[in-house]
Order: sequence, then C-alpha cells, then structure tokens
Amino acid sequence: MDIAVCLLLFAGLFFFTGGAVGILRFPDFYSRLHPAGKLDTLGLLLSLIGLALFNLHHFSLGTLLTSAKIILIVVFVFLASPTATHAIVDAGVRAGLTPWTKGEKRR
Amino acid sequence: MDKEARENSGPEGTVEGNEDLSSIEDPQDRRLFIYPFVVTFIIMFGVWVVLSGKFDAFHLSLGLISCAIVAYLSSDLLFSSPRIKGFLPQLARFARYIPWLMLQIIKANLHVTYLVFHPRMMELIDPRIIKFRSKLQSDLALVTFANSITLTPGTITVDVSIDGDFKVHAIDKASGDPLPGAMEANIAKAFGEV
Amino acid sequence: MDNVFLYSGLYLAFLMLLSLYRPLFGPTVVDRMIGVNAIGSKTTVLLILIGLIFHRVEMFVDIALAYAMLNFLAVLAASRYFQKRKGLYDEAM
Repeated sequence: MDIAVCLLLFAGLFFFTGGAVGILRFPDFYSRLHPAGKLDTLGLLLSLIGLALFNLHHFSLGTLLTSAKIILIVVFVFLASPTATHAIVDAGVRAGLTPWTKGEKRR
Repeated sequence: MDKEARENSGPEGTVEGNEDLSSIEDPQDRRLFIYPFVVTFIIMFGVWVVLSGKFDAFHLSLGLISCAIVAYLSSDLLFSSPRIKGFLPQLARFARYIPWLMLQIIKANLHVTYLVFHPRMMELIDPRIIKFRSKLQSDLALVTFANSITLTPGTITVDVSIDGDFKVHAIDKASGDPLPGAMEANIAKAFGEV
Repeated sequence: MDNVFLYSGLYLAFLMLLSLYRPLFGPTVVDRMIGVNAIGSKTTVLLILIGLIFHRVEMFVDIALAYAMLNFLAVLAASRYFQKRKGLYDEAM
C-alpha cells in the first residue's frame, strides 16, 4: 500500500517538475501554456489520488469523508483547469499576440 | 463550473437554450423539465453531504432547503436544452468515454514531458494553428470536445464558435495531426450524435 | 512516511520558486498569469501534504479546496480584466 502511495506521489512530482521546467524553457506564451495548464493537472491528479489512498489507512467514516473531499478537489480542478487555460489564451489572442513559429528568436 | 465553461466557449449558447425552454408549451413535454431540476439537486446534495460531513437532522434539512433553492434558480444553466430523454443511458455512455480520455491524457502527457526535457527542444517543437469544423451539434458536446482538446497536452483550443468552428494551437505536427478524428467520433458516440 | 511527505513538500516548494521566475520577469502580462496559475495548483497539493505532516488532514483539505476555487476565480478574473487593455502589452513587445 505504501509503495503504491509513494509511486503515485513521485509520478505526480515528476509531472510537476516537467511543468515547472517547461514554463521556463518554452519559447513563447502559447507554447508555455501547454506544460503549465496540463502537466500540472495530471501531476495534481496523480499525487492527490496517492494522498487520498494514504489517508484511507485507518479506515473510518471520517477518513472516508476526507478522501472524498480530496477526490472532489481533483474533479473540480479537472473541470476548471481547461477553462482557466482557455481564459488565458483568449486574453492573449485579444491582446494581439502572435504565435511563435519555427526559426524565430525566443521571447 | 460548467456554466463558466459554457460562457467561455460561446455566449450565444445559453441564450439559445433559454429560447428552447420558453418555446415549448406542449403539456406532455412539460414533465421533461423536472429532469434538470432533479439532476442538479442530486449533484448539489451529494456535494453538500461530502462537504459538511454531519449526518444529524438539522444539517441535513438545512442542506435540503438550500440545495432546493439553488437548484430551482440555476437548473436551466447546467442543462439548457429540455431534450434530455434517456438521461441515464446518456450518463452511462459518458462514463465509458472517461477512461479513454484518461488514457489519451497520460499518453500525450508523456509526449510533452519528453519534449520538455529534450536538450534540443527548440528544434523539435513546431507550433502551428489548426482550423477545422466539427460535426457535433449540441452545446454540451462542443464544450466537452473543447475541454478534452485542451486537456490533451500538445493541443489547446484557441477559439470555438457556436457552429463548431475550431481553432487549435498544436505544439508540434505529431500532436496536431490526429484532430478531429478519433476524439470527435468518441464524443459523438458519448452524446448519441452518431 | 512522514519524512517522505516532508521532502516531497520541500521539493514542491523548490518547484514553486522555479516557477516564480515567470511572474517576476515574464515578458508579457499573460506570461505572469501562467506562472501564478502554476504556482496555485502546486500550492493545493502542498496544503494537503502539510495537513498529512501535522496529522490534521480533515482541516487542511477544506483550505485546499477553497484555495483551488480561489485560484481558478483569480485567473478567470485577471484574464477578463486584462483583455480590454491593449496598451499593457506594448512595453513587452
């Protein structure tokens, strides 16, 4: 059980690392959204499921409710994160930012 | 939450839904209006029970009253069209779509992670904007499609119109090519629009 | 197991410091918003990790849920607000 929890947590941390590095490395605003909006979402899903599993060690109604709340956070983030990404992209488009294409200087 | 997603993808969506609601006056169709209310109420009450965590009569009745008020006020926002006949089969079909989406998300995430850690990343990526027209009809299907595209890494929905015109930003050729393709077919199956 | 959570939390805090580069130096306003969003989603996990370290998860999970919602609303409001101000981007490009 502990091994599964650790595995999920570390997989989540790995995707979080990918998100943080991707935000720093990608050349423009549109491509930076890819790691920021989605690697983070998957990392959050994996690590929170791991933590919810760990929380069920001492099984009782209280811990079950807490785990249900953690799953509720995951569901909420999965509904909200694409919307937030879409809102940011919309702001960028309306401000007239042009996408970076191959061969240009990074901004 | 769903309301927000709908507003973002097409403000005309809610207006059209409201017209639908008011234009139907057939008495035998009226019983269909109870469906959105009941579904919204059940979702809200489930969230209430999980969040409060108390099962005595006082807290439960408080939840019943407030959920009923909120569901009455906002039930037409979540399901705008009254044509929800077989709701439970629809839910079952949608539940079958989720595991496929999860698999796609994990596969695509690994691809983007590979791109991020690649030392010569700048030569590998090739951002482009793809335009296509979707065959999906209902607002909810379009919103689900747009959100699924955004959740699958490598692609972001830049713009959706109410007629189904999509503008998608893809990070490289490999992640942009499969669109609309399999995902649209699966969503059409999930919403019964084959 | 407590040690695992402690070091995971420290690592998450380090990642947040890394992402703080964008809000501080990001060339455009939307870049800053991306950074803030990324930091917020890491904070949600960090709050639950803190709850597990202190053995008070049932309290911290509520805070984490409220924080996730607040983060989403903040990003939404900020992007709506900056949409109408074209002049803000001129210095950056």
